[in-house]
Amino acid sequence: MQGAGAPPTPAIFFTMGKSLFQKVWDAHTVGTLADGRTQLFIGTHLIHEVTSPQAFGMLRDLELKVKFPHRTFATVDHIVPTIDQDAPQDPLAAEMMQALRKNADDFGVTYFDLASGKQGIVHVVGPEQGITQPGTTIACGDSHTATHGAFGAIAFGIGTTQVRDVLATQTLALEALKVRRIEVNGDLRPGVYAKDVILHIIRLLGAKGGIGYGYEYAGDVFDRMSIEERMTVCNMSIEGGARCGYVNPDAKTVAYLRGRPYVDMSDFDATALRWLSFASDPDARYDDIVRINAGAIEPTVTWGISPDHGISITETIPDPAKAATPLEKASIEEALAYMKLEAGTPIQGVKIDVAFIGSCTNGRISDFREVAKYIRGHKVAAGVKAIVVPGSQIVAIQCEQEGLPKIFTDAGFEWRGAGCSMCLAMNPDKLVGDQLCASSSNRNFKGRQGSPTGRTVLMSPVMVAAAAINGCISDARELFHLENPAAVA
Amino acid sequence: MALDPVTQVSGRAVFIPGADIDTDRIIPARFMKCVTFDGLGEFAFYDVRFDSETGGKTAHPLNDPRFEGASILVAGVNFGCGSSREHAPQSLRKYGFNGVIAESFAEIFFGNSTTLAMPCVIATAADVVKLRDAIEANPATVVTIDVENLRVTSACGLNFPVTMTDSAREALVSGRWDPIQELLDNAAAIDAKAKELHYV
Repeated sequence: MQGAGAPPTPAIFFTMGKSLFQKVWDAHTVGTLADGRTQLFIGTHLIHEVTSPQAFGMLRDLELKVKFPHRTFATVDHIVPTIDQDAPQDPLAAEMMQALRKNADDFGVTYFDLASGKQGIVHVVGPEQGITQPGTTIACGDSHTATHGAFGAIAFGIGTTQVRDVLATQTLALEALKVRRIEVNGDLRPGVYAKDVILHIIRLLGAKGGIGYGYEYAGDVFDRMSIEERMTVCNMSIEGGARCGYVNPDAKTVAYLRGRPYVDMSDFDATALRWLSFASDPDARYDDIVRINAGAIEPTVTWGISPDHGISITETIPDPAKAATPLEKASIEEALAYMKLEAGTPIQGVKIDVAFIGSCTNGRISDFREVAKYIRGHKVAAGVKAIVVPGSQIVAIQCEQEGLPKIFTDAGFEWRGAGCSMCLAMNPDKLVGDQLCASSSNRNFKGRQGSPTGRTVLMSPVMVAAAAINGCISDARELFHLENPAAVA
Repeated sequence: MALDPVTQVSGRAVFIPGADIDTDRIIPARFMKCVTFDGLGEFAFYDVRFDSETGGKTAHPLNDPRFEGASILVAGVNFGCGSSREHAPQSLRKYGFNGVIAESFAEIFFGNSTTLAMPCVIATAADVVKLRDAIEANPATVVTIDVENLRVTSACGLNFPVTMTDSAREALVSGRWDPIQELLDNAAAIDAKAKELHYV
């Protein structure tokens, strides 16, 4: 309490700062529902062909319209073939593409279709169009929506009934998340990429460690990362159990968005200031803080069937005999049996059958540029099928302008059209039998890449390229001489 | 839209072992090539129920005749992780499950299930083991999830507390598990919020 005559104390001294999550949540709260949940306004709704048709069906049954058609953006990605994109041989895929066309037309929704030249993986298209912006809420019927958090948006995946809710009301019934700040400080070692950082975080905190949390990625490493690297990190928040993850917006965020098609340039300075105002306050309160030393992160690969089954490329495959608990022992045994790997042996040298570079995790121009720097003069090993899939038609065109497809095809990689491809096996790109795939995607679940016995080893695109060339899981630092920091972007 | 309150669900139970059972496991992606949710029930856990080479049934618990007709699913940690696909809880519902008891749930799966009136309650690891042993010993035992009082009971005498977020419990027991009507009713507040937001 202030005594009479005491100078007035600015109220700000008594206010605890807010995190970006809290600011965005508060700015989008419509009200509180009877069950205690928040009715949250969803400013941007992204939809694709797999999780939206049933939602439009429900809308028709309820005789409802799309409330804000201009805030709903559709594209087609999961089922699109990467050879002859617009001619799916699968009648079910064709039916889904037709359904999205009809739904977009009937309800007046913007659709980046194959003919638009802007089609691609929904999490690549949103940012490249400038639809993804700081301080906004973004939902999509896809768990990798967390990707958009790289811009300082609160972005998360939803189920199809919730897609209906957003279409009909532009809102969702949600419970607020706690916020865990993950600080990675120090310098990354040469040959360590954004993908390694997130695989390392998931390894440390576990596949369920983020349940109930949104992740705020902070510290030197994320400050230095490009926007596309931040997307790689935020993309895999869900693999750590966190429904969303974000990096605070900064000058790089503003520079990335400037001039993109959906960015209003009429008073851009004011827009940029508003975006930056959503960044977490220095005195923001967090529910948890984790600190990680960047120098301890090595190129990381998975050995098992959960994204938290990660080890550094120089380590050996875990031994169930050394497990801390019976549950962990059973989990390692199940994973090793499925992966057909031997406990205690090096992960380096494990033979691969397929190499995949692409997906919403690592299918952007910077990913292809980085790999192309190193593969000249190399050849994909005999017997390895290696495919490279740009994340969008625009990324594909950028690659062509820079001559990247030829670099890849000269090295023996197949160059494909844009789509989700081999990340999830809803299109012709699938593993066969128990093939082992070195993959730049995000999930190593049993059967994820399309064969019920197929095996996935997650890693960075450069590590995938090294595996493709050597025919086995390899340390890209050795093959590509990455130890010289000057050689690494 | 008045919805039926979900105060409790009962039935015989089946334990599905393993941590981190993801939604690709629950419903493999190739079965999502559909424009309705009809018919997903038969594909629940398909790739672990059927041998990919022979097409024959595996030793999966859902193939065990002792657990045929079970409507309560019992599982370990992080059940339903991975993809946001609502096809997963839809397939479980259509397979015949009315409720899930697990050590923990992935959030999107939990929310999707609540919206489908399928309660997901969290039990301790020790209680999950007891329940597993009880249903293994007597597969016919009826298990009840009491959503209102957050307890699991069984005909064989088990009785232990479980947890669930307050909002999900309230939504289920008050018959508000599908929020669409309430969301629609706030149209004026939604319009006001839209005007406030510069980018909308």
